[in-house]
Amino acid sequence: MLDSWLQSLQDSPPATAIREGATLFPWIECVHVLALTVVVGSIAVVDLRLIGWASRDRSVGEVSATTLPITWSAFAVALLTGSLLFSSNATTYAHNIFFQLKMALIVAAGANMGLYHLLIGRDARQWRTVADTPVRARITGAVSLCLWVAVVAFGRWIGFTINAPT
Amino acid sequence: MQSLESFCTWLAATPVSQAFQTTEWVIPAVQTVHILCVAAVMSSVLLTDLRLAGLGDRSQPFAAVARRYLPFIWWPLPVLLATGTILIVAEPGRALQNPVFVLKMALLVSAAAITLAWQLPLARNASFWDGPDGRRPAARLVALASILVWVAIVFAGRWIAYIQTN
Repeated sequence: MLDSWLQSLQDSPPATAIREGATLFPWIECVHVLALTVVVGSIAVVDLRLIGWASRDRSVGEVSATTLPITWSAFAVALLTGSLLFSSNATTYAHNIFFQLKMALIVAAGANMGLYHLLIGRDARQWRTVADTPVRARITGAVSLCLWVAVVAFGRWIGFTINAPT
Repeated sequence: MQSLESFCTWLAATPVSQAFQTTEWVIPAVQTVHILCVAAVMSSVLLTDLRLAGLGDRSQPFAAVARRYLPFIWWPLPVLLATGTILIVAEPGRALQNPVFVLKMALLVSAAAITLAWQLPLARNASFWDGPDGRRPAARLVALASILVWVAIVFAGRWIAYIQTN
């Protein structure tokens, strides 16, 4: 059922064009890598402030307000380009353990962020200094940072476990 | 180019290169660290350049934004050079005999020059770029050049994998 859907995705005209074109895949991959560096780097700005290792003189609210719009824009681009890359070889990627783990880690990072926004970070506006930042928020930042590092690692390992230029 | 080719052949035959080539996790792990450092640099460059262009967070002077992110632009560079060197030792011909790699190194020198071009005047005069003197057009030009060159570095980095040289 799922496999037949993946196969029809892979046979769709855009996916076929990406797979068979000489330069389409690398160009989309370039944009994907650029977007993911901005996602991971900008989210790390917030995480490092939550942990208390950087931007120590700024409130968590200020740091989030200036960087998270950039994170979300870059995430949208990474999601779009990632979906296009996936479609070009959907059946192979879907069965790759590193791809599966990467998706699970992104879901976990999203859940961690959701937990932060709904519960842990509700009074984030009052966390003016590192000393004001509660331990639960610091843990959320550390978890986020670890998850995104792992997402990058698993993403790189996908390329080495399917037959592709690395 | 005869001597470069023989150098690459010699390097690839050294015990250290052989060890990198035969230990499966080395290249993906080192590439992961490399990409994470690129993420730090790319996001710091973007956040600084947006503010330099007058688009980012205006609640604080440019000098404060620059002071926050400059360490994350310069300090990853030694790690990038170290991890890049390991990748070259592991696969010498892939990079050294690749015109895209040469282009990437030239772009990297340009990026460093552009960063110094805004950093050095700022060190002498904290309000150099966003003072009342009206340097906004120049600031925008420098910011745009910086972003374009860094994006080109990321793209070139990925294209190294797709340009076959021998």
